[in-house]
Amino acid sequence: MATTLKSRVLVAGVAEGIVLRLAAPVSFWGGVSPQTATIVQAGHPDEGTCISGQVLLLPGTIGSSSSSAVLLELLYREIAPCAIILCDVDAILALGDLVAGEMGYPTIPMILLPEDRLKTGQMVRIERAGTVTIISDTRRSPNGIMPAGA
Amino acid sequence: MICLTETERTLAADDTHPALALAMRVLLKTAEIMGAPKLLPVTSAHIDGCLYHGDSGVYFAEKLVDLGGKVHIHATLNVGTLDLIHPHLVRAPSPQKTMAKRQMQAYLALGCAASWTCAPYQAGHRPALGEDIAWGESNAVVFANSVLGARTNRYGDLLDICMALVGRVPYFGLHVPQNRLARLNVDLTALPNQLKTSESFFPVLGAWLGRTVGSVVPALSGLQGPISEDQLKALGAGAASTGAVGLFHVVGHTPEAPDLATASGGDAEIQTLKPTLQDFRSERDRLSQNHRGEIDCVAVGSPHFSYPETRHLLRVLKRRKSRIPFYLCTNRFVLDKLERKALVDPLINAGIELVIDTCVAVAPILKNNQGIMMTNSAKFAHYGPGTTGYHSVFGSLEDCVESAVAGRLIRNESLWQQP
Repeated sequence: MATTLKSRVLVAGVAEGIVLRLAAPVSFWGGVSPQTATIVQAGHPDEGTCISGQVLLLPGTIGSSSSSAVLLELLYREIAPCAIILCDVDAILALGDLVAGEMGYPTIPMILLPEDRLKTGQMVRIERAGTVTIISDTRRSPNGIMPAGA
Repeated sequence: MICLTETERTLAADDTHPALALAMRVLLKTAEIMGAPKLLPVTSAHIDGCLYHGDSGVYFAEKLVDLGGKVHIHATLNVGTLDLIHPHLVRAPSPQKTMAKRQMQAYLALGCAASWTCAPYQAGHRPALGEDIAWGESNAVVFANSVLGARTNRYGDLLDICMALVGRVPYFGLHVPQNRLARLNVDLTALPNQLKTSESFFPVLGAWLGRTVGSVVPALSGLQGPISEDQLKALGAGAASTGAVGLFHVVGHTPEAPDLATASGGDAEIQTLKPTLQDFRSERDRLSQNHRGEIDCVAVGSPHFSYPETRHLLRVLKRRKSRIPFYLCTNRFVLDKLERKALVDPLINAGIELVIDTCVAVAPILKNNQGIMMTNSAKFAHYGPGTTGYHSVFGSLEDCVESAVAGRLIRNESLWQQP
């Protein structure tokens, strides 16, 4: 039976994809390339990983107030994660998402869910109301993304 | 649930002012996320969103212009990606330069002042004690809160211009008096006086503070006066680079901290930290990745160099000439004063390259993609490796000048030894 979790919705949306739980917080400005969606922060445990199309779980919020502009650029280029799960309330990344909506670019669900049960490789589905369903624990392929037909 | 005035309620759906309506929608959504109970009128804004990160930022600013947007309050601009006075300095490809310029022009068209500086507080924009403001750029935020006693959160790009259009901020964080009280006392009494009064201690203290306290409001006690505004500026910039410090108090010096009891709201249980000389020596060493003795350039002015800092540099130079590229980043306000005092030629004669409107950490100005950059700024030392590819070496301004004149690394270590 699939596990279902409740989250707080920051930006509403529907997505289905594979969880990428970062091992350490990252500042989008200076830490994520706006051209390639790759983690470029020197020494970050996930350096070199591409966050595009993943359900990105950020274990903490750090960094520059320009991170909102970097997320907006990822959304504009259609290389953003398919959803972002935050562990602390923070408006900076949400701003990139909100402004993308105003600009007519694709937006992604952003939810608050400090939750140890979500792990890299799980397939999850996020509903508009913030419900998160863990569909499969076993799927490991980082590239087998199935964006939700929202 | 947020409580709005009638005007605020109608603004978000006002078709006759579409830019204002867009800004209000973004502002209200942010207020909801942060749990703000109301919006608060503000008197000024400092906008960080004018730096080019990609074309979407240009299109957003131009959309606000097309929709008829105008700022509602005095709004200054942070650095851009170009030195508009010396355009040849930035090595970016032409299409990027064109887009960066369009972005800077769009913010001017929205009614923002062409200040192009990360130190607006030293370029004629000085909010008063207790004034609520909407500022971006981490060092400007921490200076406004700590040194001026104005009230702002660390606001994100994109929201900053929305707040300037509406003239309001969500009421949360450092706008709330209770959240401005110190939660931690950093007692520096036992440190050697010669270190505590030296110029290069303050950026290192800031870097240590940010790394140690994160986003907690600290009070620093045991510092001997007088402390200059530029020293507090260096402290704040360091703390906001390695950590998320938005406000610090210096007991006996900053406006909300006449004494520790006032700064902490009379909290008798406040936790006290007593960092040692060794802690600060380690922190200074963390700001350098390379001590081999070679350096390729020197960069000062993060935050932008003030007029007194530039005068001090000229005094230390004593008419000598730098043998390596030496970048001084500052703003038009300071440049204007230097011109009036006939101090630009002495700088140029000393081999100093003036970088105006921008800085070497946010725009591709350094000659190569790697090398070793010496600096007296904790902020340059912290961000430089990531944004320029250069390794950093931290030293005092005197160290930077002696190294530039000699063309190799020279540092006076005596300050950092136990006397």
